[in-house]
Amino acid sequence: MNRPTSQAINSPVPVFAFWVYLMSDLVLFASLFATYAVLKDNTFGGPSGAQLFNMPLILLATIILLTSSLSAALALQAARLGNQAGTLGWLGLTFFLGAAFLYLEIAEFSKFVGEGHGWQTSGFLTAFFTLVGTHGLHISLGMIWMLLSGVHVLMRGLNRHTALRLGQLVTFWHFLDVVWIFIFTIVYLMGVNQL
Amino acid sequence: MLGDLSLKALPQSPVTAGGAILLVAGGLAVVALLFYFKRWGWLWREWLTSLDPKKIGVMYMVVATLMLLRGATDAAMIRLQQALASGNPGMLSPDLFQQVFTAHGTIMIFFVAMGFMFGLINLVLPLQLGARDVALPFANSVSFWLFAAGAALMNLSLVVGGEFAATGWLAYPPLSELRYSPGPGVDYWIWSLQIAGAGSLLAGINFLVTILKMRCPGMSLMKMPMFSWSVLGSMALVVFAFPILTATLGMLALDRLAGTHFFTADFGGNPMMYVNLIWAWGHPEVYILVLPAFGIFSEVVATFSRKRLFGYASMVWAIAAITFLSFIVWLHHFFTMGAGANVNAFFGIMTMVIAVPTGVKVFNWLFTMYRGRIRFDTPMLWFLGFVATFTVGGMAGVLLAIPAINFQIHNSLFLVAHFHTMIIGGVLFGFFAGITYWFPKIFGFKLNERIGRWAFWCWLVGFLAAFVPLYILGLMGATRRMDSYDSSLGWQGLFVVSAAGAAIIALGIALQLWQVAYSWWKRADNRDLTGDPWDGRTLEWSTSSPVPAYNFAVIPSVKQRDQFWEDKRHGLARAKLAHHAYRDIKLYKNSPLGLVIAGCAFLLGFSLIWHIWWLALIALAAVAAAIFWRSLDEDTERLVPAALVAKLEAARQGGRR
Repeated sequence: MNRPTSQAINSPVPVFAFWVYLMSDLVLFASLFATYAVLKDNTFGGPSGAQLFNMPLILLATIILLTSSLSAALALQAARLGNQAGTLGWLGLTFFLGAAFLYLEIAEFSKFVGEGHGWQTSGFLTAFFTLVGTHGLHISLGMIWMLLSGVHVLMRGLNRHTALRLGQLVTFWHFLDVVWIFIFTIVYLMGVNQL
Repeated sequence: MLGDLSLKALPQSPVTAGGAILLVAGGLAVVALLFYFKRWGWLWREWLTSLDPKKIGVMYMVVATLMLLRGATDAAMIRLQQALASGNPGMLSPDLFQQVFTAHGTIMIFFVAMGFMFGLINLVLPLQLGARDVALPFANSVSFWLFAAGAALMNLSLVVGGEFAATGWLAYPPLSELRYSPGPGVDYWIWSLQIAGAGSLLAGINFLVTILKMRCPGMSLMKMPMFSWSVLGSMALVVFAFPILTATLGMLALDRLAGTHFFTADFGGNPMMYVNLIWAWGHPEVYILVLPAFGIFSEVVATFSRKRLFGYASMVWAIAAITFLSFIVWLHHFFTMGAGANVNAFFGIMTMVIAVPTGVKVFNWLFTMYRGRIRFDTPMLWFLGFVATFTVGGMAGVLLAIPAINFQIHNSLFLVAHFHTMIIGGVLFGFFAGITYWFPKIFGFKLNERIGRWAFWCWLVGFLAAFVPLYILGLMGATRRMDSYDSSLGWQGLFVVSAAGAAIIALGIALQLWQVAYSWWKRADNRDLTGDPWDGRTLEWSTSSPVPAYNFAVIPSVKQRDQFWEDKRHGLARAKLAHHAYRDIKLYKNSPLGLVIAGCAFLLGFSLIWHIWWLALIALAAVAAAIFWRSLDEDTERLVPAALVAKLEAARQGGRR
């Protein structure tokens, strides 16, 4: 009944709205990418990306994050099949991989800061820390959301509400992968190859 | 414990202290009145926790009106200062004058124009689409409360902090960096705009989804009323422009809080990048505001000319073109930055090109009037005032778009006059027309016509008297944001005329407040019993006034544009309702969590301004907890049983006869 205004939770409205939100978040990242592109050569006597980046570790972080996208997708698939244990298991693995990625990022950041190359050093490092850090902040938010989602599923089991939220969470997680691909390419690959 | 907060934060200058006392006293008076009349429960149940877009819309209107009074007070101080300060320092110190014009610009754009716009969209959009609600009713409440929290935080700077930013309304660095603006003013500016901006972004997503997902059966996009189309364009701009504002303000905040070097003049920062980024948001913002005003005028002109809107498809294409082009003109705000002749030429030409779809719209409105049976009610007067002033302002804009001319008159009062012509003559006149037009739909009685006419003439005459002198002064070389000038320039006469114009506008505002109060007092004489006081064309006029909580007892279905008008012509409009089997209607329950989330965001902003880190963490955790709490709630709807709908509708139709 009342088809177009039906507030049923399984209507595509929240899903579509979430996609619109993701597009707006993409614009936020685009602003930071543009900023990075403007500031990346302003090293002001400090180090450049080529001198700082440890590519094997970055590649490892990239593989970990991309794998976590797979486990997130498997969590959603398990939820669709009504397999609660599978959902929580894959979600747990995704959380673990997310934590590993975040650990590598924080280690990289603290190494730079420890060597005296903090965000106050130059325009380049300001833009670097902010762009990569904003992605890391999104990953952290995604992990908090993942914890709450796990609690939600444990409390209520798998139903339309929890499945909808899980779908949004997994979409969000994939979205962060897409952004990371751009960071990996524009910040890291293009950064070390400009020598 | 309390970060940088101390007793020194209380206002130091008499002007600020006066403003602070006025604010606090006003707030206390409202609280006292609520206790005296025992209205707290009513306020909480009927308004503060409501998820009904009609109520949220009215609350937007109330906040925007209060902010209009503050912004107009600032305007009066600017005009008075410049009228007096010929060869003497005038009544305000240069620093205070800078704070006043910054406050005026910020408040008028973010909290008056945006507030009226989102208010009108909330009131009208679901009704025009034949929907019972917006797509995300809870997010709608969060949006409003974030807007209100931003407004509250901005005004708090007067009481706790004692200063406003003195940087101009867009806070260009390096002036807005910590080194040159060490006080809390810029931080207040940043965080209130971040909070209000988050609310605007959320509202933009919500209304965009509402239009794309919630239209009634049969209403394809090309059968949608023009106001809804204009909102679609405007909200698409919100979704793509506001994240840029969020990112830019975030970077400025990092510069001030964490010592980063985005926009500093040294350490490889780039202040010009801020100017680019802020206008990449700022120019679309102009069209975010003016597109809905265009939409309102499209409805008003068709209704009061009793004719179908001329050139519907070209109107839609004009909106689409403006939506796209508004993203590639931002550089015309700083032709003198030195981007080079070719870049300037591109942006100059694009700016002239965007005048073309705008011109298409103006001609469409005029052709709609042509051979129509025109009625000159107040909304139509606002339109006529708009079309004259807006065309003049648009011409001035095309003039400014020519880089060679821009080098001569940029940063002059000519520019100030130009954008006030667009924002007052375009945006504000449009919103006033919309408020007059839809007022009976929401409240069930019309606004008094006679007082409305006086208010209109005060606004129009006052506007011309205030801003025509500024065009002339600008051409004579008067720069904007001047706190005083040499008396030998001979400018004082024109500034005095301008101040008189501002006084006439103030009279217009007073008349509008009186109009609402008087119409409410005499509401028994102005009741709208038909639900269709203006002989309207679109779906909102097919339901009764004031609109019931469920908007439509039966969801309408549409086969063509202006369906309600066609139904009336064929005698179908009322017959349909009489013999229909009503069904249960689902509506959303109230929720206080929108208020809670925004309250926590307010605390978060306040603690970031004063560097009270523990409070910031608590506020952030509270926001997350509130969102999680809401997501656990699966029982968010209430049912209006069919029998009750039938009873209510019978009572309404009885009242009609």
